[in-house]
Amino acid sequence: MTGPSTSTPVTESPRRRPGLFRTAWRFGRTKVGVALTGLIVLIAVLGPFLAPYTATEFVSKPFETGVDGTLFGGDNRGRDVFTRFLWGGWTLLLLAAASAGIGVAAGTVIGVIAGYRRGWVDDVLMRTNDVLLAFPQLIAALLVMSILGPKVWLIVAVIAVSHMPRVARVIREATRKVIEQDYVKAAEAIGLPRWRIMTVEILPNVTSPLLVELGLRLTYSIGVVAVLGFLGMGLQPPTADWGLMINENRQGMAIQPWAVALPVTAIAVLTVGANLITDGLSRAAIGIDRGSRSDLGREHGTRAAPRWRDRAGGRRADRDRSPLGRRDHQRRVHHREARRDPRAGG
Amino acid sequence: MTRLIVVRLFFGALTLWAVSLVVFAATQALPGDAAQLILGRDATPERLEALRDQLNLHEPVAVQYMQWLQGLLQGDLGTSFSNRLPVAEYLTDPVRSSLTLMGLSALVATPIALFVGAFSALRRDRAFDHTSSMGTLVLASVPEFVVGILLILLLGPGGLGVFPSVYAREGGPEQWVLPVLTLALAVAPPIVRMMRATMIEVLESEYVQQARLKGMGERTVLWRHAAPNAIGPVAQVVALQLAWLAGGVVAIEFLFNFPGVGKVLMDAIGNRDVPLIQAVVLLIAGIYILVNLVADVIGLAANPKVRVANR
Repeated sequence: MTGPSTSTPVTESPRRRPGLFRTAWRFGRTKVGVALTGLIVLIAVLGPFLAPYTATEFVSKPFETGVDGTLFGGDNRGRDVFTRFLWGGWTLLLLAAASAGIGVAAGTVIGVIAGYRRGWVDDVLMRTNDVLLAFPQLIAALLVMSILGPKVWLIVAVIAVSHMPRVARVIREATRKVIEQDYVKAAEAIGLPRWRIMTVEILPNVTSPLLVELGLRLTYSIGVVAVLGFLGMGLQPPTADWGLMINENRQGMAIQPWAVALPVTAIAVLTVGANLITDGLSRAAIGIDRGSRSDLGREHGTRAAPRWRDRAGGRRADRDRSPLGRRDHQRRVHHREARRDPRAGG
Repeated sequence: MTRLIVVRLFFGALTLWAVSLVVFAATQALPGDAAQLILGRDATPERLEALRDQLNLHEPVAVQYMQWLQGLLQGDLGTSFSNRLPVAEYLTDPVRSSLTLMGLSALVATPIALFVGAFSALRRDRAFDHTSSMGTLVLASVPEFVVGILLILLLGPGGLGVFPSVYAREGGPEQWVLPVLTLALAVAPPIVRMMRATMIEVLESEYVQQARLKGMGERTVLWRHAAPNAIGPVAQVVALQLAWLAGGVVAIEFLFNFPGVGKVLMDAIGNRDVPLIQAVVLLIAGIYILVNLVADVIGLAANPKVRVANR
């Protein structure tokens, strides 16, 4: 099934569109989003190495500004605001990324299974989802935190669980569209096991909504982690954390605004950046969606696009060269053969 | 359609029951038991025993749950650990304040959002549309407490000093401005976006074209033909946003020290006041489910396909 010769049919699609990221990159907002997000990520990652003091060192009186050797003065305990700002980002990013990643992964598994298996499996999974959806995200997190105490893994778990049903809903819808395609039926006809159909046939073809969901959930995760910190239910003192910084210093906002303004601005810029990227991705995904409809014969306008799966694995040239791409490659070859002759493998 | 609504109502009730189960189960995970929590660490074993008897803590968990649920249905939410008041009585004032806050925010946000959305649709792809679309995107992504803090920094005592940033019992009406504004800004973006999208769709529809071809005035076309058909999905989004308010209000009340359910919840968490936590979480989840249900029903009622199906 390997060998470069079988890859030729792909090149025959002349109006092949670039991948989701490339399409998204064409929108100005995506570029702005990447720049904003990149800036904050850079601050968060490099910050601890550049900080002039340690995060728990006392450099001034509480809420004192204009102290020599500090850029933005001291916080509620007299620790250097700038240092704590530089230290406080990576925990937020890490927690948000982890909870969004786990939540989207779990939601995808549930969504694909529910969408593909249908019947009672679908019913049970989706009804459970509805119950989970009945809790407002923040309230669920607060309930668990207040009972079990604020622990780092718990923050991640609670946010991930609250993302799960929302992601599952979207992925289930996408899956239901995919399973009507011929290549899934072909794979069923040749007797591929269900888990292989789900991982090899369906999953690569729902990557567009998946990426959009990931961006969306990441934005929400940043918000929820920050809110939990702000409410004092996230990371605990003396950790330097943007949400917690806002909580600790809000009493002195009128006399020492920097201790609140810096983390607040960072969170705002980060969430706006992440959402701009998500918006670009979702616009790109909608474009591809439209393209796939036109593929079925209802072409409007000049826009033509291949189906989702043609771009699911990335660029063809890379794939042929890199060993990492071989799996993608095989999948594609398999698809094509299956499409040409459903009985080929059986 | 009635059947669909009944099914939704049934699932709503089922969800509410499941939520009560979760809330009850969560408190079972507490270290120590309720008697210990109420009396504190230095209580004598005899007093602990007496209180356990009084609270039925010797009964099996299932029985305890049934008793708790029974009390709940009769409006008996238990007694607060920290101030010994019946929870229902203690919650009356905060609930009223919170509802007022939410109501005011919705009253401010909804008409403005509807107008901005409709105007963007009419001015599609012009400067106003682009500005509002960028504005809603930014507002929708920033967490609401961040919006609140930015407003405080801008208009509060440290900034222009126009409005107070903390709620005080003896303060005047101006202290409502910032909390209401924050919540309104948090609620509005999805309404604007939905209104814009629906209006565009409606304006491009064939019946609006037909109305225009008949030579009707633009005003009549807008108000008699376009607007009524745009209301359904928009009403649904408005309801969903109200549901969101039930949870979103917590961080805002905490920020402005506003004496509503959100602040009660945060204080109760600080005191580990379990009956109060249970009651507030149930209350918020209940409102959330109820308003979501209303949104579903509105969505069904406004969908012509569903509405006409059973005729």
